[in-house]
Amino acid sequence: MRHIISILIENESGALSRVAGLFSARGYNIESLTVAPTEDASLSRLTLVTRGNDEVIEQITKQLNKLVDVVRLIDLADAPHIERELMLVKIKTPLETREEVKRMVDIFRGKIVDATATSFVVEMTGQPSKLDAFIHGFDESSIIEVVRSGPTGISRGEKGLHL
Amino acid sequence: MELSGGHIIVQCLKDEGVEFVFGYPGGSVLHIYDAIFHQDEVKHILVRHEQGATHSADAYARATGKPGVVLVTSGPGATNAVTGIATAYMDSIPMVIISGQVPSPVIGSDAFQEVDTVGITRPCVKHNFLVKDVNDLAETIKKAFYLATTGRPGPVLVDVPKDITDPNIKVPYKYPKKIHMRSYNPVVVGHKGQIKRAVEVLLAAQRPVIYSGGGVILGEGHKELIELTQMLGYPITNTLMGLGAYPATDKQFIGMLGMHGTYEANMAMHESDVILAVGARFDDRVTGKLAEFCPYAKIIHIDVDPSSISKTVRVDIPIVGEVKPVLEHMIEHIKESKLKPSKPALEAWWQLIQSWRDVNCLEYDRGSLFIKPQFVIEQLYEVTKGDAYVTSDVGQHQMYAAQYYKFDKPRRWINSGGLGTMGFGLPAAIGVKLAFPDSDVACVTGEASIQMCIQELSTALQYNTPVKIINLNNRYMGMVRQWQEFSYQSRYSQSYMDTIPEFVKLAEAYGHVGIRVEKPADVRPALQEAFALKDRTVFLDFITDRTENVYPMIEAGKGHHDMKLRVAPGTPMGRELS
Repeated sequence: MRHIISILIENESGALSRVAGLFSARGYNIESLTVAPTEDASLSRLTLVTRGNDEVIEQITKQLNKLVDVVRLIDLADAPHIERELMLVKIKTPLETREEVKRMVDIFRGKIVDATATSFVVEMTGQPSKLDAFIHGFDESSIIEVVRSGPTGISRGEKGLHL
Repeated sequence: MELSGGHIIVQCLKDEGVEFVFGYPGGSVLHIYDAIFHQDEVKHILVRHEQGATHSADAYARATGKPGVVLVTSGPGATNAVTGIATAYMDSIPMVIISGQVPSPVIGSDAFQEVDTVGITRPCVKHNFLVKDVNDLAETIKKAFYLATTGRPGPVLVDVPKDITDPNIKVPYKYPKKIHMRSYNPVVVGHKGQIKRAVEVLLAAQRPVIYSGGGVILGEGHKELIELTQMLGYPITNTLMGLGAYPATDKQFIGMLGMHGTYEANMAMHESDVILAVGARFDDRVTGKLAEFCPYAKIIHIDVDPSSISKTVRVDIPIVGEVKPVLEHMIEHIKESKLKPSKPALEAWWQLIQSWRDVNCLEYDRGSLFIKPQFVIEQLYEVTKGDAYVTSDVGQHQMYAAQYYKFDKPRRWINSGGLGTMGFGLPAAIGVKLAFPDSDVACVTGEASIQMCIQELSTALQYNTPVKIINLNNRYMGMVRQWQEFSYQSRYSQSYMDTIPEFVKLAEAYGHVGIRVEKPADVRPALQEAFALKDRTVFLDFITDRTENVYPMIEAGKGHHDMKLRVAPGTPMGRELS
């Protein structure tokens, strides 16, 4: 099963490599990983997507908690949550397809953030599946470049992951 | 008080009450060594190889319960220490390693003797630090000691770039008395409800076994373990790491369990209906084939590390907490409980265990013309009256020592259980002897293992640590040979050394006494002679039976009930239980 583990971690050099190293050393897989400092500059928020059965996920969370730099973590998949991913796509847009691409971007509620005579850069956020769907709506040859942040997420309701 | 970084490090060690630092100098740590030169409160033990430093410090910690301290230089100094750091990590031994690093401005430039020490050691330390500002140095060292000694203990490394210890840069020194880390809060006391549930299950058991490990020794819970075991009257088995936590000469002790455990311990585990695991981690050498591990048992598991629980074996009642307070609570609950262990069930259980004991699985050929390694350990036990500190290397001799030396006290059996590091024994013996100069210290080893850190014989002379080396010399890497005999049709690929040094001469060359023993009748006198030489390191080279194997043995991939025995057991076994 897919899990989104959200981690508050000390914003120190090497902290990220401790998380990444743990996954490779113990043979767990990382599907994606995003990290950035929080409003408190001494802490980073790290969102990690992984897969495994209940036993594996239990071990992953225990092993992560054991890392001295990890302050707190939750498995977002345990409760209602919001998940978003940011994507930037560069698309070839010869004159005859420009209108069509614009329509697609509108349907998916994306934004065109750069345009040249022959290309657009489209910005889009959403569930990873929505981003997949957008990409699949195009012929492979018309996509120049895709950049995705990997999912990040937050739980619904008043409760939050903080100190 | 204003101090430079080098002096801060030494002052921190004094404030921490450190007796010995095991180390080896080099370019990046010269400022620190100069600070060491200016004092004699913290004694520096100069080893001959950094691996020796880590093993000595590690064994000092195992024997005393105090953290071991290591000081090495950057690059090769740090990489040589890695084996010893990993050894301590696998057995959860509190250790603080201070490593020099190239000056901060040149880090990352492939400077002379530069290596990414923090990166290399990351997977085998509890935590590590790179010090970036001399103002953080004292607090970082305090954190290192705090982390190493609390929760599940382990090695912590502090990497110190040379410019941080610059004698010309002095900063105010203050060693923090207490430390708080928001990201690190180990659980101490176990969950009350879980403890209550565990006691209920334990008291209702028909065929219980207490299975305890190294955590009982690390957590100083042996007294409580003994009290609990004796008030219940249940059989107890220890892991390799847990030997000595429960007295081996007591009638409730059924021996070590696992790959080379006793027949009675493994059979009892297999047939049990309730297992109380205390400070043990269900290591693969203990469990054998997981699918066949304790098929009828409810499992209660006490461990300070939540990640040890249900890691390999699913646990029914987990209790996260330090062994000592959890056992104290359990004892209270048992005293208060109206339930009592069922006498008839327990009697039947002990009878069954007795039938397994009657197999006499540790018996060996006592009439042999060759020296049997088991015989040497038995004699060692008698000559030292069971009161020696015994360190060991890794292999057959380690298993013989674990099986035949009956440890009645904790912290007496010092071996590399998790990592299985050959070369551990001799430097370990030196570390123990420094801690307990008036006690007998024996290093049980083999002719292959001893050569991995043989250079420490020189350290033993310099610091006058008269240990006794019990070399069980069978001219083979015995355990490798045994596996090759069983699993590779006796194709002894590279498990034999064509050239073996004359250990007597070697010992003499290092300034010690060497004795070669070839006949069974000479074993005891030689041991007596060696231990009578109180102020000399003695190398006893026992020429043992080269074909002897360690029994019982659970071969890889087999269950506890599927043991290879020296003689076929003439007793009924299996599931004739009510």
